[in-house]
Amino acid sequence: MSDAPPTLAPGGERWLAPPRPLLLSDRTRRVQRLLGALGQGALLVVTSSSALAVLFIFYFIARDAVPFFQLRGFREFFTGAAWYPAANPPQFGAYPIFIGSLLVTLGAAAPAVPLGVAAAVCLSDILPFAVRQYVKPVIEVLAAIPSVAYGFFALVVLAPLLQSEQGRVLLAAGWWCVAGPAAALLVVLLGDLAAERPMRVLAMLGTLLGGLAALAVLATWLAGVGTLLVILTWCGGLPLVGWATVRVGAHASGPAVPERWRGLVRLAGLVLLGGAAAVLVWGVGGRLASLSIDTGTNALNVALILGVMALPTVISVSEDALQAVGRELREGAYALGATRSEMLIGVVIPAAGSGIGAAVILGLMRAVGETMVVWMASGNAPQVPQPWYNLLAPVRTLTATIAGEMGEADHVTGSERYHVLFAMALVLLTISFACNLLSEWIVRAPARRRRGR
Amino acid sequence: MRWNRTVTCGLLLILVVVGSATGQEKADKARIEIDGSTTVGPIAKAFAQEYMSRHPGVNITVSESGSGNGAKSLINGTCAIAAMSRFMKDAEFKAAVEKGVFPVAHPVALDGLAIVVHPSNPIAGITIDQVRDIYAGRITNWRELGGPDARIVKVSRDTNSGTYESFDHFVMNGQKIAADAEYVGSNGAIKQRVQSTPAAIGFIGLGFLGRGVKALPVNGVQPTNATVQSGLYPIARPLYFFTNGYPTMGTHLYHFCTLHLTPKGQEIIEAIGFVPLTHYPSPGGGGDRDTEDEPAPARPATPPATDRPKE
Repeated sequence: MSDAPPTLAPGGERWLAPPRPLLLSDRTRRVQRLLGALGQGALLVVTSSSALAVLFIFYFIARDAVPFFQLRGFREFFTGAAWYPAANPPQFGAYPIFIGSLLVTLGAAAPAVPLGVAAAVCLSDILPFAVRQYVKPVIEVLAAIPSVAYGFFALVVLAPLLQSEQGRVLLAAGWWCVAGPAAALLVVLLGDLAAERPMRVLAMLGTLLGGLAALAVLATWLAGVGTLLVILTWCGGLPLVGWATVRVGAHASGPAVPERWRGLVRLAGLVLLGGAAAVLVWGVGGRLASLSIDTGTNALNVALILGVMALPTVISVSEDALQAVGRELREGAYALGATRSEMLIGVVIPAAGSGIGAAVILGLMRAVGETMVVWMASGNAPQVPQPWYNLLAPVRTLTATIAGEMGEADHVTGSERYHVLFAMALVLLTISFACNLLSEWIVRAPARRRRGR
Repeated sequence: MRWNRTVTCGLLLILVVVGSATGQEKADKARIEIDGSTTVGPIAKAFAQEYMSRHPGVNITVSESGSGNGAKSLINGTCAIAAMSRFMKDAEFKAAVEKGVFPVAHPVALDGLAIVVHPSNPIAGITIDQVRDIYAGRITNWRELGGPDARIVKVSRDTNSGTYESFDHFVMNGQKIAADAEYVGSNGAIKQRVQSTPAAIGFIGLGFLGRGVKALPVNGVQPTNATVQSGLYPIARPLYFFTNGYPTMGTHLYHFCTLHLTPKGQEIIEAIGFVPLTHYPSPGGGGDRDTEDEPAPARPATPPATDRPKE
């Protein structure tokens, strides 16, 4: 019974906060509200300054780009094939440079997208957690390597390798490693399908070949108009044909093969399809092995390197998307009797589709915007390769042109040459802005669908 | 306690500022910024090294961003010396004068552009017309010049470089380089491309020649110091330092810009592989200053140096 307040520990009163009144005085409240407003204001300024920076970048680039179009118009820049900025009189046909950027990006997508998505699936669903802990940081190191180091590798190691005797062997070997297993897998899958309903496989093959033929006809017809349209036709058309083939496979039906004939039909399907696939793989491989590669600093070299550089982005963003799918869907799939591969292909990957799409776009933006590697190893020849898919020709991209021409292109040596670079920068900025918006839109798509569009 | 520290820091800061300010007053503390051509860069760097070793207080920085950028920096007042592998253009002069800068040229050395191919290339010589035809895309296979059956890979410096402009001026003569020519960003990169590509042709400054590439005689003249100095070699050019006005006698800038006239400077230039503008003073009679129009010196032609101190 003492007057001293009870303490929890010796000297404990030191830890007790001084008693605060429950009601603040008016003055304190005013001060607190003012401080709160100030803090919010400061945060608003900081946040909006980054948004403002984007606007300012657009404004200042557009300000220097517009005079070019005033001086030379649009036609030469977008459709002209001659890029001689230093000649007298100068020519500013940037069309081959657009094609170069497009080719290099598509070439980078070819290895980066399948590899990146496969690696993401592997990381999120297949590798044990302990392994994943080590693999993921290693992949992220790829993103931390300075691009000039990639460029140096491309120039000093990859370019001589590609143009030497080993180059074509390497190409053919790469083709065998990728196309061989893929074709085998496809043949086995289709063979299984054919054993049950051969008409369905025939319909799928018909759709595929018909679609390809239609694309080829369209492309030859467009070749007279411009290479850009041809490339876009193939880029848009191939996924469309693939989609149509899958849909036809899902919906077409036909008479089922009686049980006792199935073995025979499966064998016939495997032999026929396998033979066709083998001829295709073998033919292309042989063609690659007999190529003569004049120069190692070409679109293929840069595409490979850019593909590797885009990998970390594609992998980590798609892995996040796959993780976000959640445990319930996976367990639900298992509960319905799906195997792991059925669960992945049928449930998880479609559910993460929008995130994977965004990952691909972000990765490709990395490839479009990359400058150093391209400047060092693409050859920088402002030409449209003949034929357009000839990735073994040197090409020039928008970024490399801006970097390479900037030094001389000052107001002292003529304004057109200066402003044309800003025109290119504006195009580049618009493309990457649009693609970023697109990826945002794709990511939000499932949420929109859930809300009922 | 905290006050004390603040005061001490402040005092120290003031001391440092005052110290550096008074230091700049002294003649031995000076900064010279050099910007410009990657071709002249090795000379500027070797000169800077030599000069700073003799004057420890002087700080010389050398950037290599291309002749055009060098001129720009001089005009904008961000460098004291613009190292250029070409003469200033009229437009650049105009811009300079408008900004109150009066560029003065100091020719420091001569440089020949060597036409280089892969060492395995059997071609023994080439004419300037053939080089032009190759780069313009009219000759596309080495077979047409008596070589192996291989497509010619044309390598050029980027259009932003003085080397390109010299090549354009001396060789292309107003014709356009074909669209399939490759462009690279430095002399070293051209050398790297040519020595790793059997079918390549390129052009580099004489100072960058070395093992790994083969310099072709042009119009029958081998690119050597002697042929460049005598004017026999057809693709040659002077290299310049440009300053704003003539440097005041006795300043570090003056000594630096005249280093190429001293025996040591000449030695450096020759060691890097460029051609000095004057003879070495011969032991008999003193060497004369401007030999550009003089006949070739009697001494034997020295082969281009293969080892450059800094790359």
